[in-house]
Amino acid sequence: MTSADKTAETGVIQTGPVQDKFLGIPIKAMTRRRLANFRANKRGFWSLWIFLILFVLSLGAELVANDKPFLVRYDGGWYFPAFVSYPETTFGGDLPTETDYRDRFVESQIRDKGWILWPPVPFSYATINYELPTPAPSPPTAVNWLGTDDQGRDVVARLIYGFRISVLFGLTLTVLSSVIGIAAGAVQGYFGGLIDLLFQRFIEVWSGLPTLYLLIILASIVQPNFWWLLGIMLLFSWMGLVNLVRAEFLRARNFDYVRAARALGVSDPVIIVRHVLPNAMVATLTFLPFILSGSVTTLTALDFLGFGLPIGSPSLGELLNQGKNNLQAPWLGIAGFLVVAIMLSLLVFIGEAVRDAFDPRKLTT
Amino acid sequence: MSDTAGTPLLQVRDLSVTFTTPGRKVEAVRGISFDLKRGQTLALVGESGSGKSVTALSILQLLPYPTASHGSQSSIKLDGQELVGAKPSALRAIRGNRIAMVFQEPMTSLNPLHTIEKQITETLALHKKMDPRQARARVIELLHLVGLADGERRLDAFPHQLSGGQRQRIMIAMALANEPDILIADEPTTALDVTIQAQILTLLKDLQARFGMALLLITHHLGIVRKMADEVCVMTNGEIVEAGAVETVFHAPQHPYTKRLLAAEPKGKPVAVEPPPPTILETKGLKVWFPIKAGVFRRTVGFVKAVDGIDATVREGETLGVVGESGSGKTTLGLALLRLTDSQGEIRFDGKRLDGLSVKGMRPLRREIQIVFQDPYGSLSPRLAVSQIIEEGLKVHGIGGDAAARWPLILAALEEVGLPADAAHRYPHEFSGGQRQRIAIARALVLKPRVLVLDEPTSALDMSVQAQIVDLLRDLQQKYRLAYLFISHDLKVVRALAHDLIVMKDGKVMEKGPAAQIFAAPQHPYTQALLAAAFDLDPVETETVRT
Repeated sequence: MTSADKTAETGVIQTGPVQDKFLGIPIKAMTRRRLANFRANKRGFWSLWIFLILFVLSLGAELVANDKPFLVRYDGGWYFPAFVSYPETTFGGDLPTETDYRDRFVESQIRDKGWILWPPVPFSYATINYELPTPAPSPPTAVNWLGTDDQGRDVVARLIYGFRISVLFGLTLTVLSSVIGIAAGAVQGYFGGLIDLLFQRFIEVWSGLPTLYLLIILASIVQPNFWWLLGIMLLFSWMGLVNLVRAEFLRARNFDYVRAARALGVSDPVIIVRHVLPNAMVATLTFLPFILSGSVTTLTALDFLGFGLPIGSPSLGELLNQGKNNLQAPWLGIAGFLVVAIMLSLLVFIGEAVRDAFDPRKLTT
Repeated sequence: MSDTAGTPLLQVRDLSVTFTTPGRKVEAVRGISFDLKRGQTLALVGESGSGKSVTALSILQLLPYPTASHGSQSSIKLDGQELVGAKPSALRAIRGNRIAMVFQEPMTSLNPLHTIEKQITETLALHKKMDPRQARARVIELLHLVGLADGERRLDAFPHQLSGGQRQRIMIAMALANEPDILIADEPTTALDVTIQAQILTLLKDLQARFGMALLLITHHLGIVRKMADEVCVMTNGEIVEAGAVETVFHAPQHPYTKRLLAAEPKGKPVAVEPPPPTILETKGLKVWFPIKAGVFRRTVGFVKAVDGIDATVREGETLGVVGESGSGKTTLGLALLRLTDSQGEIRFDGKRLDGLSVKGMRPLRREIQIVFQDPYGSLSPRLAVSQIIEEGLKVHGIGGDAAARWPLILAALEEVGLPADAAHRYPHEFSGGQRQRIAIARALVLKPRVLVLDEPTSALDMSVQAQIVDLLRDLQQKYRLAYLFISHDLKVVRALAHDLIVMKDGKVMEKGPAAQIFAAPQHPYTQALLAAAFDLDPVETETVRT
């Protein structure tokens, strides 16, 4: 009180105490405490870092695993085959089509007048290695670190691309279904009454529809790609958050500060976004990592069953399916299993740490 | 242990309680000592945060250990037996048996899923090892004892089927079940209406005399202390600053804090407005009926008549007090005036009809009629800074143009309610209850309204803060010729502010007229009962008392 009195006397407007900042963004004490709680969960904290590193690496998969070199020095010129398509004639070949850098002839051509810088894994997800020592699927060798699948494609390359597509699918699905779910839950909870009643009954009917059969029917009509799958999954996955958000809104709409806002004449959309939504966000954010891991699993399961991404796409589920069909080649199943297991474990650990961070009773120890 | 009359039953010495959370240590109680003799009533009195409840809980060792810890010198002795750090089994034998406790909120201290019989029997079975038939007889006896005459019929009742006063009687019956030596009552009547409060206090006093119990009464209400206690300990900031016989402490307080506490009752009179001001807000036959629906087709079978035909008149610069007990419909009346709940009947503001206006049509009038709620913790958005909270109304009504132009208005509003300018950047949780109520008032005032509905604005506040808020409200009223609709169950506060008065019960007006006249000579029996209970803590048996 004393410091406040002083300020009142001097009449100077202070901008408050020195602002706490995180990544350059001003944050509140509450956020600072949450960050501390998140960090206090060591397992979750490290999981986040490991996951982020893996994710960023997989985003640059074309530089990690590719059948085209980063850089070619040929005849005094610089070439970037990973980014630019060059016809074979560029390097003294005969064909006007894009260069196959794995071709022995081309490679010797280039090496005569320069050099080639390959990525750590010189295969893309679709590259077939024709120089296998044993028939495909071939066991791990110095060239194919985790062996090849039943079509002679490198398992490491397929895992890297498969991880990327799984996580991207999961993230997109999570973000979109959260946005729809929060909006639907907010409207139901805030307005209540008939809107709520009708929406709830609709959700009950809608959630009874069998997703898998719809996908099977879809697969017989169109060739499902990433976006088709996302759309179909989104039709059903948005319901996960609705009840949670609805409950928070039902609770908060009778709070005095919401009433006060109404008495001020604030419009409903503004009240929803500004006064009520922040309350619901805590519960929602706590849920997100688990929705993400659920979404990742969904795609893997669909691919495993053969109703997922088009044939030839790098996919963890497809690799697992190959492992099941080729029990004599255990590296397929084991590699696929480990990647899925580690990815989901990391997400669950992160989820636990997020839950700790938002737990109001949890004290940093 | 020899039990001569002189030895205290309960001896508390150098009790201190520290709550340790990472990075923070809170000393809730700092080395307090007191004695409690058999048959005596000792009151621990203080404002919120003074450590009085923590003291009560530490006697039964019910604090969240190890977050809470006692000092090395701390000692609580019951008949010579040390309770601090006693074994759980030893404590269980004492809790509910030799020392029993009654809590503030009777709704949450009873298990909603168990019948009354089951809840009272539990403690009998635990400590007295009674078989069900004996226990049943004893439960009925106890229910009679606490004044629930039709005890037999109440045995199968669940807590939600009883009124607040009845629930508190059940709590007392549970506490008395094993004829404890000491009864600790932690704000036993704070959650109850004034008429019920008077009854419960009388009951406690009777029972104490009958069983010769020692009563440790924890309260913030000085009237209760004066009526009930033999001795009093005044607590503030975890220390006992003054202790002694009630008469001595009340008539000749020594410590400045005690003096301040005794002087803190809301004082003053409403200032008369001359000449008689024009009416600004008026209702005629205002009704708010909530339909009761039943059956498959949800047909309306009846109505809960929350507000049932109220005529009220609020004049410019004057205060209309609305008093009544919980459930009387006074809050609903306030919400109906603001058109925040559906209502029938005429509402006129400055001659214009408000009823029937659409949400849009109502919006420009919202700045004229504002509201301040009871709970200062719930009425401010926790995630918005104070400046944003106050600014919101300005934005909605397009007052002040841009953010830069609004800023001086915000600062002026803060200054108006006695808050420093740097409060604008802070968040509600950084303020005390009284300061938050000031922010809520600033939020309403910044729009320069003409009518302010005050819904129990002082009920959640400590006594000394109440007085400050009352003074602030009176100053603001004079300065801006504000009209107040002041809703409260606290008659002392109403007396300090209201020009006119409406006494409500079950949605109807019992009595209305100039406040001074009603306080001096209430006409209606209900008003008489209410005033007696509020000012003298005397229970009046009338038909208005529900049991």
